[in-house]
Amino acid sequence: MKTCLVVDDSKVIRKVARHILETLDFEVAEAGDGQEALEHCQATPPDVVLLDWNMPVMSGMEFLRALGQTELPSRPKVVFCTTENGMAHIRAAIDAGADEYVMKPFDRETLENKLQLVGVA
Amino acid sequence: MEISDGAVRILAGMLETRSGQQLGQGRRWRIETELRPLMKARGIETLDGFVDHLVRGGEPHLADIVVDALLNNETFFFRDVAAFDLLEQKGLGRLRHARGETTRRLRIWCAACSTGQEAYSLAMLIADMPRLWDGWTVDILASDVSHSAIDRAREGLYSQLEIQRGLPVRRMLRYFRKEGEQWRIDPAIRRMVRFQAHNLVEQPPLGLFDLILCRNVLLYFSGDVRRLVLGRLAGAIAPDGVLMLGAGETVIGNSDAFVSDYEARGLYRPRLDLSRSGAAGRAA
Ligand SMILES: C[S@@+](CC[C@H](N)C(=O)[O-])C[C@H]1O[C@@H](n2cnc3c(N)ncnc32)[C@H](O)[C@@H]1O
Repeated sequence: MKTCLVVDDSKVIRKVARHILETLDFEVAEAGDGQEALEHCQATPPDVVLLDWNMPVMSGMEFLRALGQTELPSRPKVVFCTTENGMAHIRAAIDAGADEYVMKPFDRETLENKLQLVGVA
Repeated sequence: MEISDGAVRILAGMLETRSGQQLGQGRRWRIETELRPLMKARGIETLDGFVDHLVRGGEPHLADIVVDALLNNETFFFRDVAAFDLLEQKGLGRLRHARGETTRRLRIWCAACSTGQEAYSLAMLIADMPRLWDGWTVDILASDVSHSAIDRAREGLYSQLEIQRGLPVRRMLRYFRKEGEQWRIDPAIRRMVRFQAHNLVEQPPLGLFDLILCRNVLLYFSGDVRRLVLGRLAGAIAPDGVLMLGAGETVIGNSDAFVSDYEARGLYRPRLDLSRSGAAGRAA
C-alpha cells in the first residue's frame, strides 16, 4: 500500500484529503505543520507528501527546503496543495523542488490525476 | 421531474439526426440537468413545456443549442497519459521517420476535439521538442459538431479546475498565462491549431491526414454510424497514416477499414486495399 502524508493546518482539509486518498488505496498520515511533517518524514518517509503552503510553526516552503537538506532513506514526492494560485507562487514551489501542484479547491479526479503524474497512484 | 416518453423521443431523434449520437436509457435522467439553464432562460417550468416550445420552431437556432447541451463534452489534457506516450514514441516517431526525408510536413486531424484540450495537448507535445521538429510544418485541424465547444476551444481559456485536469504543472507554467482566475493558452500553441465545426457523419475535410485522433466519441454511436464514421476516416487518412482512438475504443468488430498497428498496439492503420477504395468513393 502506498503511503501519503497530508500536511495542512486545517483539520477539515486533512479530513477531506484523507477520505479521497483512502478511496485511492493510500495509507494516510497527518501533520498540522511543516515541523511535524519533517519529523514524520525522518521517522517514516511516505511515498508522497501533500503539502499546504501557509501553516504556523513551519510553512510548506520551509518544509520543502528543510526536506532537501535532510538525509532520508528515500525521498518522498511532494505535491503542493494550496489556495495560492498565482504563477509566481507555483513557479517558486517547483523551483524549490515540488513535483506537482494542486490549486484548492480540488476534487477527487484532480488529486488522483496529479498523484498519477508523480507516479504514485 | 417527469418527462413524457414523447418528449424524450423528440429530443433523442433530434440528437441522433444532428450528431449520429444515441441518447442511451441511462442518460434520460440527465436530460433535465442539461437543459435546465435553457429552460430557465426562457421562463419555462417543465421539460414537456420546453419540448413543446422547441417543436413550435419559434427560435431559429434553438435545436442546435439543445443538441449542443445534450452532447457530452467531457475532456481533459493528455487524456490517458499512456496513450499519449505511445503516440509520441511510436506514432509520431514513425511519421517523423517516414516524412523526414521528404515533405517534412505533418497533417493532423483531431476529429472530436470538444473544448480543445486534446488538440492543444498534441500541439504541446510537438512544441516540447523543438529540435526534433525543427524545419517541419505541422498543421493541426481540430473539429467538433458542437459549435459552443468549438467557440470555447478557439478562445483557449480554461478554468482552474480544467487547467488542473491532466496537465502537468511544468507544462502549465510553460504554455499558459493566468488571466484573472482563468488560464489562457500561449499564442504560439494557439496558432498551431485551426478549429472548425464539423460533423463526423458528413464528408471529412479535404486532403489526407497523417494522423487522426477520434477519441471517446465512437462509443456514443450506433454500430451502423460507427462503421460509417470509420469508413469516412479511412478515406481521409494517408496510406501510412496513424489512427488513435479513446482508451476503451477499438475498430475491431466495428469496421474492417483499419487494422491494429502491430508495432504499437492501441494505434491503428488503414487497411490498404480498403482505404484507397474509400478515398475513391469519396472523390466520386
Ligand atoms: C466525450 S467528448 C471527447 C473529447 C475528446 N476527443 C477526448 O477524448 O477527450 C466527445 C465529443 O464528440 C463530439 N461529437 C459528438 N458527436 C459528434 C459528431 N457526429 N461529429 C463530431 N463531433 C461529435 C461532442 O460534441 C464532444 O465534444
